Amino acid sequence: MTVGGRVLRAPWQAGTWLATFQIAAGSVVGMLAFTVLSVAGTVVLMLALVGVRRLPLSGLLWLGRMCTRMHRSRFAALRGEPIPAVVPRPPGGRGLRARVRAEAQQPVVRSRLAYSLLSGLGLTLGAAVSMTLWTVGLLGTPIAAYAWALPAGNGFGWRLHEPATLAALTSAGLLCLHATPWVVRAMAAWDAAIAKRLLASSHVDHLVQRVEVLSENQIRLLDAADAERRRIERDLHDGTQQRLTSLAMNLGIARELLSHLPPDAHKLIADAHEEAKQALTELRGFVRGLHPAVLDDRGLDAALSGIAARLPLPVHLTVDVAPRPSRTIEAAAYFVVSEALTNVAKHTEADNVHIEVNRQDDRLRIHIADDGGGGATLEKGTGLRGLRERVTSVGGELHIDSPVGGPTVISVELPCAS
Amino acid sequence: MRVVIAEDSALLREGLVRMLELAGIQVVSTATDAEGLLAAVELHQPDLALVDVRMPPTQTDEGMRAALVVRERWPQVAVLVLSQYVEEEYATELLAGESSGLGYLLKDRVANFREFLDAVRRVASGGTALDPEVVSQLLVRRRPDSLARLSLREREVLTLMAEGRSNAGIAMGLAISESAVAKHINGIFTKLDLQTTDTDHRRVLAVLKYLKA
Repeated sequence: MTVGGRVLRAPWQAGTWLATFQIAAGSVVGMLAFTVLSVAGTVVLMLALVGVRRLPLSGLLWLGRMCTRMHRSRFAALRGEPIPAVVPRPPGGRGLRARVRAEAQQPVVRSRLAYSLLSGLGLTLGAAVSMTLWTVGLLGTPIAAYAWALPAGNGFGWRLHEPATLAALTSAGLLCLHATPWVVRAMAAWDAAIAKRLLASSHVDHLVQRVEVLSENQIRLLDAADAERRRIERDLHDGTQQRLTSLAMNLGIARELLSHLPPDAHKLIADAHEEAKQALTELRGFVRGLHPAVLDDRGLDAALSGIAARLPLPVHLTVDVAPRPSRTIEAAAYFVVSEALTNVAKHTEADNVHIEVNRQDDRLRIHIADDGGGGATLEKGTGLRGLRERVTSVGGELHIDSPVGGPTVISVELPCAS
Repeated sequence: MRVVIAEDSALLREGLVRMLELAGIQVVSTATDAEGLLAAVELHQPDLALVDVRMPPTQTDEGMRAALVVRERWPQVAVLVLSQYVEEEYATELLAGESSGLGYLLKDRVANFREFLDAVRRVASGGTALDPEVVSQLLVRRRPDSLARLSLREREVLTLMAEGRSNAGIAMGLAISESAVAKHINGIFTKLDLQTTDTDHRRVLAVLKYLKA
């Protein structure tokens, strides 16, 4: 389509009139929002002076949400491009006070209020301009056709019936008629652009929110996994472990009492007894790796002394973690030390291991040093990688310093909010 | 010998009763919780109370606390505590007063008929029976400095010694000769600056005193 064609057709295109309605409707919605919000805002401020804050503020926030909703439907209906609506996440805090405060502090909530409060003024100005232009355009262009019906003169001293005046008015009308669509569309686009910036959450807001939700979910998952491990430990203790202990005990009795049996038969019982004891030991080892009861009952210090004592080399252990971290963090710390020690026992020829676990405010620091041959990397063997996965899953960090020839130092930091 | 058993698992309780009675030890009463234990000890004044640490209602350390009460109120009653895991703090609490007539073993040890009954008899007659794991933990927690001084073999000997075993028992446990055991024990006592003593039991006390210090 040529430029001329576009200019000629512009006044009759649906987009033009939708843009006009968008501005007009915007001025109505905007002025309504402006009035409501400024009155409500004044009330909130006045009540705040006498100490009543939460309820009025939550009312104001509700009104703000209603205004945003009206604007949103205006854009959806007249521009056909709904503003991406990221509904602010219901803040996690307990009680009205925390919720209201958290909501009021969200940037997107503030910018939405600002849009609702200020767009009314701009849109009303825009509506006035576009109405004027349309009026001149629509009434001015065909003036020659109905000028005869109008009085020849008016208060301004114009002589309407003179051809020069008619020509001037007609050209002004034509000019407006064909210029207005562009002006109106520009205003509508501008309005939409501003609304998109202020009403919709920005990409960053959106991502921040996603990350928050995801990390909350992750923490919940980890907690659930820990609770599950504890449940399994309890079930095993109450069921299988007791039964197996009883079995091993009875086989032990049988082995002792049935010593007069033929050697083959007696050996069978002895083997069964040894196997039952072995199974019991293995089950204890499994439960210990899963979630040892001592960890819940007595905390990290006791649980770690347990593993340290079972290691076939001297372990120097210092634990100072008061106040007790959350169960999830305790479990992660236990796992880290237990895995690291297994690694030391399996892969190095260390003579000594020093372990320090201490808590500094909201960080739990674990320091594991052995005087073995070094050369440990995350790539070699899965033990250390599993360690790092467990550490990062609770938001912690792990560093390994292990030059060939030793010593190896593993430092871990875990977050532990009180 | 008269024994009271406190164990909440019916399976294990019956097994323990069977084992003790087969060995000619009389089980005068059984209890399933701490209160039951205290009542039974008060009523029967047994030679020994055999107590499971984890019992209702909280399934944590009811039995241990009850055992401490028994030791305080009825010092003449020997106490043998059975636990799913050993915990140095429990051991320290148990050992805080008089160390005679006291045992603290992992529950798994009941699978070894003869050794377990030995421990029961030893404790009932005023001796000690500490699980090897208790001693390792005491070493790690209380005396990390001594770890460096002792050889691996000496640690093993120390552990079995604290368990309450005789030289012959230690030699059997480690499959070495009794004279080798005696040599290691001398080494331990020298390295830890302890006075050598004549009887097994006093030897255990010396070690425990060292570990508790």
